[in-house]
Amino acid sequence: MASTTSETDQETALFAEERRTPLRRIQYFLHLYPTTIPFLVLVLGIVVFASIVGDRFFHPFNLSLVLQQVTVIALLAVGQTMVILVAGIDLSVGAIMVLCSVVMGRLAVVTGLPAEIALAAGILTGAACGFVNGILITGLRLPPFIVTLGTWSIFQSINYLYSKNQTLRQQDVEQMASLLQLTGRSIRLYDYIPLEFLKGAVLTFGSALMIVVAIFVAYVLSRTAFGRHVYTTGDDPEAARLVGINVRLTLIQVYTSAGVICALTGWVLIGRIGAVSPNAGFNANLDSITAVVIGGTSLFGGRGAIIGTLFGALIVGVFRNGLALAGLQNNWQELTVGALIIVAVALDQWIRRVST
Amino acid sequence: MDPKGLDVSGSDVSVGHPPVLQARGLVKRYGRVVALDHADFDLLPGEILAVIGDNGAGKTTLIKALVGAIQPDAGQIVMDGKPIHFRSPIEARAAGIETVYQNLALAPALSVAENMFLGRERRKSNWVGKYLRTLDRNGMRKEARDRLAALGILTVQNIDQPVESLSGGQRQGIAVARATAFGTRVVVMDEPTAALGVKESRRVLELIIDVKSRGLPIILISHNMPHVFEVADRIHIHRLGQRAAVIKPDEYSMSDAVAIMTGAMQPPDTEAIPLADTGRSTVSGVVHVP
Repeated sequence: MASTTSETDQETALFAEERRTPLRRIQYFLHLYPTTIPFLVLVLGIVVFASIVGDRFFHPFNLSLVLQQVTVIALLAVGQTMVILVAGIDLSVGAIMVLCSVVMGRLAVVTGLPAEIALAAGILTGAACGFVNGILITGLRLPPFIVTLGTWSIFQSINYLYSKNQTLRQQDVEQMASLLQLTGRSIRLYDYIPLEFLKGAVLTFGSALMIVVAIFVAYVLSRTAFGRHVYTTGDDPEAARLVGINVRLTLIQVYTSAGVICALTGWVLIGRIGAVSPNAGFNANLDSITAVVIGGTSLFGGRGAIIGTLFGALIVGVFRNGLALAGLQNNWQELTVGALIIVAVALDQWIRRVST
Repeated sequence: MDPKGLDVSGSDVSVGHPPVLQARGLVKRYGRVVALDHADFDLLPGEILAVIGDNGAGKTTLIKALVGAIQPDAGQIVMDGKPIHFRSPIEARAAGIETVYQNLALAPALSVAENMFLGRERRKSNWVGKYLRTLDRNGMRKEARDRLAALGILTVQNIDQPVESLSGGQRQGIAVARATAFGTRVVVMDEPTAALGVKESRRVLELIIDVKSRGLPIILISHNMPHVFEVADRIHIHRLGQRAAVIKPDEYSMSDAVAIMTGAMQPPDTEAIPLADTGRSTVSGVVHVP
């Protein structure tokens, strides 16, 4: 018995310092820190475009423009990350976002409610939409792809029916509910942090809200029991059930939270375009999934992080902006983003094979 | 209700070593299929009780009924002399019955420490834990490390490793460590060596004996006769939804056990273990004196 024990101890010790090929080591490292790749791609993108396009790209004003351009998608992608972590997908995020912005705008401008009430009603609408998604997925046990494909059309139709396809003009929104445009206001960073390279850099309240929400969700996912349950539910729902996690409740909470984040994005959207348009954010749902996937979160659930999603959104923004400044037309931007998606998913598949 | 007619108040067994977990006359039907047909069960303190039976004999159903995963249609389950009705495995767990499932119920992408506390995470004890619900990660990590070290399973640096990067035996070890860390009364192990190689099986068997030496009774479900005969104190043989016999491994051979399991051999008379006296009329009312 004693000899067997020492043998196994040796085996255990050997396991710790097992020899690995360099490639295998990289694979193992990426498995532990999956956000390394998106981070490196982002740095690489910035370096490449800075050297090709030069100062025009690296100008603080241009960089803050990139941040403004990615804010809406990045915030949606934060919600989408939670959904994808539980091995789900939410195709309705864009529709929820626009519906919520329309609810906020019309309640304030057309119905004449105070802007605070309109904002709260919009956020409640988002929560309700997410809750409906969660109930349909857990209650009817339908695949999330199908449910949200359906609710995407439903929420979009409700949006058109309710708004009568009318856009609320920027002046009207400004006059009746300037609170809704708050997310579009900005501060000059140089006024607060007098550093030379911040001259010309601006930060919109919308971007600030996105960063605050991202930090909050990242905290919840990595530091609370609920976060652990989200990862376990996505990783292995059967294991989650056996250790006493309420899988259905977790799913409903995740889809509802994503709905609330969509509503906040609706608010940011109003700030970004000034007006309230039922036709805004047409591709937002697919763009949010793109950001999540490029950010290293696995479409099969259980692996990924918010910081990766932010990198993913910024990568898309940097590549589009850089390619545009380099004089390449729109189609080349789309082509590049498409290639990035395929590379990201291929890498994820390779990293997941670490255990075999 | 009880064909064998067990005595409630008589024998010495209940005085010296009251059984930990017992069942009498459990019945479970799935449509026309009778998975449990008045099955009995006794687990004595500090023992390793192996449960064997052919596929479809109903041993899984029996265990599921004991740990609350299913509700029997009839019969009673008694723990420490008190009738119990677990409506879910969570309730059984709260009562101190921990199960090591065949699929281990681990989250592959999470670390060893995180898996140890899965589903019962601990928050920080200060205001941060109270209002921000922050997990006590260092505390959980430390305790996980202590538990694993006590069972001699892992070296210290492995604690933050994702479970999927471990070998099958190591994963099994973590599931066992988790069960023994939180199981205060009974540990149930479902086919713990089924997926393992020879060396790793050996290590897990040592682990099982180690857990037993801590005084925790173990219910071991296994198809592997050599393993069962090596570690078990008593062997519960299940056949056609009933307990056919309980044998001691030193009194019978493996081929006897297989013969009883398949019906080729008449099961020996099993010494009746009385239900632990609950002092409640509900129990003694059900079990009649012969």
